[in-house]
Amino acid sequence: MSMQQRVIQHENLLKFLGEIISSGKQLYAPQKKAEKTYFLPASDVHSIVFDYIQTAESPKELLFPKTERMLSYEQVDGKLKMIDHAEGEIFPERVLFGSHPCDAVALKTLTDFFRHDVPDAFTQKRQDSLTVISVSCIKADDNCFCTSVGTSPGDTEGSDILLTPIGNAKYYVEVMTEKGQSLFAAHEKYFENSDIISKDKYLTKMSEVFSSSEVTARLSKAFDHPIWSDASLRCLGCGACAYVCPVCSCFDIQDEGTDKKGDRLRCWDSCGFSLFTLHTSGHNPRKNQSDRWRQRVMHKFSYMPERYELLGCVGCGRCSRACPADMNIKEQLKEITEKIEG
Amino acid sequence: MENNFEPKIVAFVCNWCTYAGADLTGTSRIKYATNVRIIRFPCTGRIDYNLLLKAFAQGADGVIVSGCHPNDCHYTSGNFHARRRWIVFKQMMEYMGIDMRRVKFSWVSAAEGAKWADIVNTTVNEIRELGPSQEYLEMSRQGVA
Amino acid sequence: MQALHQKAKELLESGKVQVIIGYGDGSGDRVRPVFISKAESASDLIWDDRCRQNLAVYLNKPEIKKLGVPAIVATPVVVKTIIQLISENQLKSSNIVVLVVDNDVVSELTDNASLEAYSAGHPVVFPPFVVKEIKDIAEMSIQQRNKYWQDELSRCFKCYACRAACPLCYCERCLTDNNQPQWVCVASHAQGNFEWHINRAMHLAGRCVECGSCTIACPVGIPIGLLTIEASRIVKQEFGQEPGLHCDADSAMSSFKVEDTETFIK
Ligand code: SF4
Ligand code: SF4
Ligand code: FES
Repeated sequence: MSMQQRVIQHENLLKFLGEIISSGKQLYAPQKKAEKTYFLPASDVHSIVFDYIQTAESPKELLFPKTERMLSYEQVDGKLKMIDHAEGEIFPERVLFGSHPCDAVALKTLTDFFRHDVPDAFTQKRQDSLTVISVSCIKADDNCFCTSVGTSPGDTEGSDILLTPIGNAKYYVEVMTEKGQSLFAAHEKYFENSDIISKDKYLTKMSEVFSSSEVTARLSKAFDHPIWSDASLRCLGCGACAYVCPVCSCFDIQDEGTDKKGDRLRCWDSCGFSLFTLHTSGHNPRKNQSDRWRQRVMHKFSYMPERYELLGCVGCGRCSRACPADMNIKEQLKEITEKIEG
Repeated sequence: MENNFEPKIVAFVCNWCTYAGADLTGTSRIKYATNVRIIRFPCTGRIDYNLLLKAFAQGADGVIVSGCHPNDCHYTSGNFHARRRWIVFKQMMEYMGIDMRRVKFSWVSAAEGAKWADIVNTTVNEIRELGPSQEYLEMSRQGVA
Repeated sequence: MQALHQKAKELLESGKVQVIIGYGDGSGDRVRPVFISKAESASDLIWDDRCRQNLAVYLNKPEIKKLGVPAIVATPVVVKTIIQLISENQLKSSNIVVLVVDNDVVSELTDNASLEAYSAGHPVVFPPFVVKEIKDIAEMSIQQRNKYWQDELSRCFKCYACRAACPLCYCERCLTDNNQPQWVCVASHAQGNFEWHINRAMHLAGRCVECGSCTIACPVGIPIGLLTIEASRIVKQEFGQEPGLHCDADSAMSSFKVEDTETFIK
């Protein structure tokens, strides 16, 4: 249930976003670069694009940057100085605008995942200082499948504020959380009162192509199924799918530096690489690309639900769009429910 | 500041010619700039261009790469291979926008003690003019959250 | 496409090859690589303007080799790639069948001479936007080029799709995967990205056949192929060697001429 509902005119929305920038918060919003759309820091609201299906990269960088400095050390006058960046650094107030509901769900999944067991201070602090204003989907493409993985084009989950375009350059506004409420309250003048409306007729229609719980159930018996080697013949073994995915969270800790000074960095990694599991001895438990493709699917749809009660996929379809060899996750998941016995 | 700036120069040299040449500079009591740290390799053929990049990454202001003159390589062809690589590497670096005035390539034989002193002195003077190397160090800080 | 289907069917039925590597129907309006082992599936093959991925990348994959002797549906640049792979001792023309399609006539190239003749008759022509990019960068000052590449490479997150899509990046262990010593920083900060890409360019100098597969593969739209194209251009200009023309050519960067010239070594 939303805490508040309102309507905002497109023009006022731009003013609202403009005020966020001038208030000193960092605004990340979809903008074009080299023919693709990305969530980039916005300094001018007129560079924001509204008419896009999905950004090339997900917003996960806002919680989990591709390269994050965790620790630094330096020798000063023969003494070792250590800086733990999780404690020392101030995490800037940020607003993400224009994420679709799938991305908002993904940000929540990431937060929950990194909170598991030993909570990760970095993602936690980044999440604490991030407010998410999402926009419901009135368009989708063939690669989208949110409704098959438990979310939907108007889902409010994970968003602090959700806007739904309702035609005539207007948006229906649902304020969902305390964070959303405080942002809304600071700029209330731009919003108009509204009754609770049903968003459905404005949203894109997306039918469910498979059931994710079915996928999870079938996967428990699918480890040795030939489906993996058949499907992965064309897989090139790059990490494009993992790096554009809003949920993928594997990383590699790297130390860089000399005896005098250096950093400990957390860098993205991907289970698609053969190096990911290569042992020092030369043995590789995931020797073939099919083992790695299976791992990708299993991790998202079997291990994550089992261990964390989270689903590792939100149906954004980025991996399918990005894959240079046209691996298509939606097709693969559908096939699993069709070909593997329940 | 520029005036007091003492550039750090790393020299990658082959054992058989330039290293011996640099030795001769010393035994001939020719004075030359002390800014250079010499690293000895078996042959220029062994001087991977990645070593040059590592030198800049660790704070070198300039780099000298030197070995036997063509036809004089102790291993016959190490320097011919190296030369091809330098030709491509230099242009590739420039294509990616890196100022290659900080890298000097030369041939210095075991008999050219004076030439070695000259190469080092000119390099030091030129790098002093260019100022401290920032470009490469900056890169290790960009793109880290 | 009829002729292609017919030829593929014959090859599989006669047992001359066990698998056809070609393009088939993909997601939406995409085509995707397909590996056809049954004669009755030969009609799944597609041949049109969308067939741009360099399929030679699959020839040396262990999973694909297991399928048996391959025939490959080849664009002109794939023929070039195969010649280059032969010159690097990674392939033998006697172990594969190369199928080229010109005006719906399918020919089999089965020996070095026919591959070379085909390659010579089908020079790679860049699309106009690539010609423009190359010209724009050539006209930049060194500072502008620095800014251009820093900006483009700032998006690189080291997914290695460019490497994976490249048929000439076949090393089992890439220099960038090495950590003893760690030549290339793992992090995708500006330095790590720069190191990765200059090494990629250097290792493809005189070998890049300019198929553009790396650029197409890059999920963040970096025109990354321009670097390897430049590296090959330098090799051609300086040493007169061009990849993908002769099956017995020397590798440009592991050979030399005493007469090689330069002006910058003092
Ligand atoms: S697995 Fe693919 S579709 Fe699912 S969330 Fe990741 S990128 Fe999106
Ligand atoms: S494909 Fe693009 S993002 Fe991936 S490593 Fe290559 S240049 Fe970087
Ligand atoms: S030994 Fe001096 S260059 Fe080869």
